[in-house]
Amino acid sequence: MDYLALYVTLKLALITTVLLMIIAAPVAYLLAYYRFPGKSLLEALVYLPMALPPTVIGFYLIIVMSPKGFVGRIWETCTGGSLLFTFLGITIASIIYSIPFAVQPMKAAFSKIDRRLLEASYVLGLSKQATFLRVIIPNSLSGIAAAAVLVFLHSIGAFGVLLMVGGSIPGETKVASIAIYEAVETMNYSAAGMIALSFIPISYAFLLLINRLNEDSRT
Amino acid sequence: MTISASLKKRLKYFNVDISFSCAEENMLVMIGPSGGGKTTIIRMLAGLTMPDEGRILFGDEVWFDAAGCINLEPQKRRLGYVFQDYTLFPHLNLFENAAFAASDKKEVGELFELFKIGHLKKRKPHMVSGGERQRCAICQALARHPRLLLLDEPFSALDVITRRGLREELKSLKGSLSCPIIYVTHDINEALFLADEIMPVVEGKNDDGWMQRTTSRQSEEGSPTRGAREPRLALVY
Repeated sequence: MDYLALYVTLKLALITTVLLMIIAAPVAYLLAYYRFPGKSLLEALVYLPMALPPTVIGFYLIIVMSPKGFVGRIWETCTGGSLLFTFLGITIASIIYSIPFAVQPMKAAFSKIDRRLLEASYVLGLSKQATFLRVIIPNSLSGIAAAAVLVFLHSIGAFGVLLMVGGSIPGETKVASIAIYEAVETMNYSAAGMIALSFIPISYAFLLLINRLNEDSRT
Repeated sequence: MTISASLKKRLKYFNVDISFSCAEENMLVMIGPSGGGKTTIIRMLAGLTMPDEGRILFGDEVWFDAAGCINLEPQKRRLGYVFQDYTLFPHLNLFENAAFAASDKKEVGELFELFKIGHLKKRKPHMVSGGERQRCAICQALARHPRLLLLDEPFSALDVITRRGLREELKSLKGSLSCPIIYVTHDINEALFLADEIMPVVEGKNDDGWMQRTTSRQSEEGSPTRGAREPRLALVY
């Protein structure tokens, strides 16, 4: 079995989840609590990766990350290397691919918090940032956990976008879903079956966890 | 320090237009029918709602001045605000709630003893009764050493007996507090029992005749007339 591909998948999913939680929290906060011109446009933009085919996202990422692209050029000037076909490249792709799955549940959890709790916190002298950390986050833990699980599951399932941006370099960008595809292409059904089978308990366990978290947040 | 305010705010059905002041060690009770703008006035004092026009002065400190474009944030006004319904933080136990913004944790323990909820420190808000939650909310407000105490119908969701008990506790506490206190209620008995000064508020304006009209209407309807005419007696009912 291709343990290396499984390792890359889990590493990618874990890093994506942690980074995305940090990136998505302020975005979700902004969308949940503020009204500003162009808000619906921003919101639609944040959710756009959910509505686009992964290959379309992959295509634009290639354009942006290639040495001639905006991000790729800056990266090459700074480090001398390329973003395409690297682990960092697929991490960025994975983050963009999963943004809606992080922002949406977090926004829902933040919106559910009683505004009066925030006002009580302000009156007690806490700044907006301190209120975010001491009141909003602790009261939306189940929503945040649900977002984390969704992002993790979505990341381990990514295929098209990663294949386009990262190719299939063993130990670097070859994730399990790509390993399955390649095994099937070469008629190696038993290898494909082994990796495929290892996904089922992981995904199933995480889905159970999501259900549990949703129930917790309802009570 | 004296709080003095002159406030104007356009609302959907009427306009708030009111001026008042309250000196330290004094309790001003704002009374009037529900939906009459009392909570809006309190929220303007706390900095949670912005008046359209007017000024709020605390001593010689300007909290709000529409003409000078000054609007001090609620965080900087250092006041205690007990809300109409329980706004304790659900993720914290009662002690953590009261100590949320307190500088001295030991003092919170003493307040808990004073309000007879010392045995409930470790309980979460949903595990205690409404009266106990409001006691905790008062501890939370006092633990911050507020310069002004705002109480917005703090006991209105409680049963009559708990309410009467808390009302008496508050009255005895009042003597030991040096800050001005503004108390909102729609209950005439409560107002008469607690107030140093009463300000009836109807549709956002000071309406001095409201108390008399309400009590005389009650007597015409044949409701507890003696209680209405003789407020001290009403406490017995």
